[in-house]
Amino acid sequence: MSQATLRVQKISGHAGGVPGKDTQREYTVSKLIDTTTCIGCKACEVACMEWNDLPFGQTVFDNTYQTMPETRWNYWNLILFNEHEREDGALMWLMRKNQCMHCADPGCLAACPADGAIVQYTNGIVDFQQANCIGCGYCITGCPFDIPKMNPETHRVFKCTLCADRVSEGLEPACIKSCPTGCLHFGSKDDMKELAEARAKQLRDHSNFPHAGVYDPPGVGGTGVIYVLHDASNPEIYGGLPKNPHVPWSVKLWKGPLKWLGNVAMIGGLIGLFVHYLRYGPKAREEEDLASRPEGGRT
Amino acid sequence: MSQAEQIIPHGHVLRYTLRERLTHWVAGFSYVYLLLTGLAFWSPWCFWIAVILGGGQVSRMLHPWAGLIFVGAVLYMYGMWAGQMRYTDIDKAWWKAVRYYSTNQDDKMPPAGRYNAGQKFLFWGFFWGGILLLLSGVVLWFPEYISWNLRFLRYLAIIVHPAAALFTIGLFMIHLYMGLFAERGAFGSVIRGDVSMAFAKRYHPGWYQEITRQAAAPRK
Ligand code: HEM
Ligand code: SF4
Ligand code: SF4
Repeated sequence: MSQATLRVQKISGHAGGVPGKDTQREYTVSKLIDTTTCIGCKACEVACMEWNDLPFGQTVFDNTYQTMPETRWNYWNLILFNEHEREDGALMWLMRKNQCMHCADPGCLAACPADGAIVQYTNGIVDFQQANCIGCGYCITGCPFDIPKMNPETHRVFKCTLCADRVSEGLEPACIKSCPTGCLHFGSKDDMKELAEARAKQLRDHSNFPHAGVYDPPGVGGTGVIYVLHDASNPEIYGGLPKNPHVPWSVKLWKGPLKWLGNVAMIGGLIGLFVHYLRYGPKAREEEDLASRPEGGRT
Repeated sequence: MSQAEQIIPHGHVLRYTLRERLTHWVAGFSYVYLLLTGLAFWSPWCFWIAVILGGGQVSRMLHPWAGLIFVGAVLYMYGMWAGQMRYTDIDKAWWKAVRYYSTNQDDKMPPAGRYNAGQKFLFWGFFWGGILLLLSGVVLWFPEYISWNLRFLRYLAIIVHPAAALFTIGLFMIHLYMGLFAERGAFGSVIRGDVSMAFAKRYHPGWYQEITRQAAAPRK
């Protein structure tokens, strides 16, 4: 535990500084998902459930190649399937591995009121600590990717951990290990960015995907999960991947100006009332009080 | 004359019936609980309040239920008092003269009835604040059931709920100040129900006239 706190760089709902900030040297990690070589086999979905000991649940068949409509509190990794017709008439099957994006500026963490319920490790992984979670669901509102999911029975929120336990032991996440086509990679953010850009360039130059590019949205400070997309100008076609995700404005307003305004107003109000009492005191009690007490207050 | 009124001390008059006093305290205690747990979620610097009150999980579980009790009491007050809370011309004059009120020069104030304009504002503030808190509170209660397409409701609720709470906190601080410190005698009126005739005459001259006229009228 003591080591774990040293590895933390951001803590939700925490008064004061972060104990272990900048005490450890670690590089930011990243998962690279190349949607152009994903075949939708769902080996990563199974590997995720296996490694994290998640219980088996019902799948939902909807006549497509998608396991269920969206991730669940106990199903963190889902291949989203979309059919897309390109302008030149080419039909495309888009497969996107959907999970927590491990944002550099996580909206979930910004929104969370419980001390230590969400932490961001020095390597960039955003992890929920269910023991500290109070089940308010603020993180659901804060996340621009619709990722945190509530366990209705325990009222705690769960999501992909980027296999923080494996990564801290120098292993790559379980999903990476299982991918048969090699469309998943894991390493330092810098290395993954380089690899992704090289692949996107290859797609642009040699494979008739002029808009191919890397998805690493700056609105959330970049993400710990980056995509190579055939068409980076239109990420929405990949199961609604937001084009320009950011922490919702209202969450920023709430945790920023509103908080300051409210605190100043409350503390100012208390001081104001106290000073009013010193200056004016109580109102005269009975009529006879009036004669003996000067009207108004005392300076 | 009811039982309660007969045991009022000499020179005093009943201001709040037991029903009114009970309702007031149901609202009061539930509000204080809501305020304390709400502040705990509001700021990390106040999270210790939730720890004292049984932990974050317990506070999260009970806060919405206390909210329902609070709003229930406020709605009941609406039934009891709304009729007496209508704005009148005297209230307009009262607001114009409010600086005399706040500097304890009460004899320069226009004659208030059973409630002065400030108290009426408090009532309507808590009523509308309570409605807003309820609507936004229900969204905050079940965020996981608000679909992605309706997420604007969640974005709205996390602003409206604390904003409405702050508004009522302002009212609440003034309410407490008036009732506990500024208007001596007012606190007794929500405990045992009675105030002195002098209190009635000084702060609610209109109401005083009403009740003395009643008392003077011949019994049938
Ligand atoms: C009317 C019914 C009410 C309901 C259903 C309700 C429900 C909720 C819920 C579900 C939350 C989310 C946080 C949590 O519980 O963990 C919350 C937060 C809060 N509530 Fe209420 N509440 C109600 C009334 C009130 C009242 C009367 C106050 C008065 C002070 C209040 C003050 C707060 C505050 C300050 C927060 C924290 C907001 C923030 O995190 O910025 N609530 N409420
Ligand atoms: S539900 Fe989400 S925001 Fe609320 S305490 Fe748990 S992790 Fe934090
Ligand atoms: S994707 Fe959502 S849950 Fe994951 S780190 Fe970003 S804001 Fe948090």
